Amino acid sequence: MDLLNALVALLNYVLIPATSYAAQLSLGALGVTLVYGILRFSNFAHGDTLAFGTAVTILCTWALQSVGISAGPLPTALIALPFGILATSALLLATDRLVYRFHRKSKAPPVRLVIVSMGVMFVFNGLTRFIIGVKDRSFVDGERFVISAAQFKAMTGLQEGLTLRTTTVITVLTAICVVAALFWFMNKTWTGRAMRAFSDNEDLALLSGVDPERVVKITWLIVAALATIAGVLYGLDKSFKPYTYFQLLLPIFAASVVGGLGNPLGAIGGGIVVAFSEVGLTYAWTKVAGYILPASLMPEGLLQLVAIEYKFAISFIILVAVLLFRPTGLFSGKSL
Amino acid sequence: MTLTNRATYLFVIIGVLYLSVGVLESWSLALTILNDGLIAAIMALGVNMMWGYAGLFNIGIAGFFSLGGLAVVLVSAPINHEAWSAGTVQILFALAAGVAIVAASVRTVQRGQSGWPRALVLAGLAVAGVMLFKLVYLPATESVEAINPAAAGNIGGLGLPVPFAWLVGAGLAAGAAWMVARISLRLRSDYLAIATLGIGQIIISVQKNEDWLDRGVKDIYDISHWPVPDAVALQQADWFLSLAQRFGFDLQSGSTIAVNLAFATMTALVLGFILFLAELSLKSPWGRMMRAIRDNETAAGAMGKDVRKRHLQIFVLGSAVVGIAGALFVMFHGIFSPRSFDDPLRYTFLIWAMVILGGSGNNWGAVLGALVVMLIWIQAEYLGPLVLQVATGPLSDGPLKAHLIDSAVQMRLPLVGIVLIAVLRFSPRGLIPERGSK
Repeated sequence: MDLLNALVALLNYVLIPATSYAAQLSLGALGVTLVYGILRFSNFAHGDTLAFGTAVTILCTWALQSVGISAGPLPTALIALPFGILATSALLLATDRLVYRFHRKSKAPPVRLVIVSMGVMFVFNGLTRFIIGVKDRSFVDGERFVISAAQFKAMTGLQEGLTLRTTTVITVLTAICVVAALFWFMNKTWTGRAMRAFSDNEDLALLSGVDPERVVKITWLIVAALATIAGVLYGLDKSFKPYTYFQLLLPIFAASVVGGLGNPLGAIGGGIVVAFSEVGLTYAWTKVAGYILPASLMPEGLLQLVAIEYKFAISFIILVAVLLFRPTGLFSGKSL
Repeated sequence: MTLTNRATYLFVIIGVLYLSVGVLESWSLALTILNDGLIAAIMALGVNMMWGYAGLFNIGIAGFFSLGGLAVVLVSAPINHEAWSAGTVQILFALAAGVAIVAASVRTVQRGQSGWPRALVLAGLAVAGVMLFKLVYLPATESVEAINPAAAGNIGGLGLPVPFAWLVGAGLAAGAAWMVARISLRLRSDYLAIATLGIGQIIISVQKNEDWLDRGVKDIYDISHWPVPDAVALQQADWFLSLAQRFGFDLQSGSTIAVNLAFATMTALVLGFILFLAELSLKSPWGRMMRAIRDNETAAGAMGKDVRKRHLQIFVLGSAVVGIAGALFVMFHGIFSPRSFDDPLRYTFLIWAMVILGGSGNNWGAVLGALVVMLIWIQAEYLGPLVLQVATGPLSDGPLKAHLIDSAVQMRLPLVGIVLIAVLRFSPRGLIPERGSK
């Protein structure tokens, strides 16, 4: 019984939150990795792309709510999501046309594109703060729980409750669908294969008649969709604040680098590694240990390996360790 | 130390702009921008050393900057005897022992022996580390934090004059940079950037959360800015009173301006000194070697230059300069607030915009870029709402108008971004290009 309780506590406090965080990070990291693979630079504006997409989605959610449209038990934000994706796509395509294309045509060194993306980061960041402000916002509505702790306890008779929030289920399901669709697209359609060819060997792809501008455009469209979905899912699960989204850049980069930049499968693997380490190391294991260990062996204190304030340190240490021991990432990405 | 004509004109123009801020708005605003601009210029020099001389992509500078600020607190705050007897000694011992344990572990790993002996030694070291943390460090920090937590609760300082903090700040930043460099300089440019971004965030979160060190988010006020006189003391000084009488200026604003002016002079002297050294080093054989390494690492390596060592050297030097800027910044604002440093846009990327705008690789360019960008940054904060007030004039009062005017402050972010993007598009070598670059 105690073992079951420990298992439920582990699920409730570690595995479930980490899974949904992993899904969000993976979607974010996929965006970074696609830009790196096709456009060949690390996009520092990605965190703010997430923020912009989410901000537009929130505005649409409010508009929908004010005219009385809702998605029933699901959050209204899901109906608003396509509008957010559209706005973000328009923004990214415009940015590419106005900013990145010149440097791409003039074959600027990748470092210059990285610095350009810092400028874009400033613009996106200001834009997001301008349209929605800097405050912390929660925009989740609809049914809150699939299973609440009380229901679970009544159902199983266990001491420990298990909460399954609607947003968690939505996050994981959406992430699986999006990733499946992305892989289908990359592997089965002509355009997707053209993109992979372009990423693997630009010259050969050009020789085979792949239109580079078209590939770039489609990449930005996919990145916009991935970023907005990742941002909205994160916001539904936690809350939306422009600064937090800017800070997500670090775990997202860590995830994409750990998996190997330029490798979509790696982005997912990296997201899982980073999310599970972050949640697992910052969780106070006292409760789980309390069920398993006899009272005499029970250590004092929280059994927390890393204080929650230092969670950046975890992304960072994983990042550096992987880069030092496997410079191209766990799933071997590119090394440009 | 020669300037081209173009650079001289640009410096004159920016000087006129600062003067016009003084005439049109207020002198104390102009001097505040100037002080912040000069401090940023020192920081930009540090970045230019790393990026412009050596091509190292460090975007963790906010962390090194805050370490400089921390040095001010640790050097100038009065000695806290109570804390010393309560736990400061134990904390210092624990930190030193912790460093020793980490060093020993690294040694063990590097020795290259594999198998059980190494694993056993590492496990032993890890256990020793945890014991040290639990039994020495935590109780000591708790007892220090328990002393007068409303007003202090930290270990205090050494009670030395503030200017010592410039050296200590440079030393702290250099020490941290050395450790970072040992780990991450092997990485390629954009990986290095991401790694340094992480380090910067970690350094700042340590300062935010270790209350025994610097009161964390509770901030430290009343930081002395000796040798610059205090505004209140100035208002009571006889010579200042007679001066005010003779020229008929207001005592309140006159003293603020005098203090700001004195501070700007001091900062300018520090900046001038660093700039002098930087220019000297850039022209020396050492500077030529650095540029050779930046332009072609392989060729420089083939000529027998130790690329990694030189990179380490410049990384440490540049970070030390950033640390000095941090110490000056905390002195100028008279408050140490680790929370406020947790803003990479202001304390890291803004500085990068300055270096890129001014001209990477050119020290004068970095200074000019700093003065220009700081002017834009602070002026946009003041003028943005004004502009929108006029622009939204035709709109009727309502939530939309209020929101637009409230958010106008944020317009400075896109403004800096657009400046950065435009420079890279139209003049990637910056306002004052590096001499001899193509």
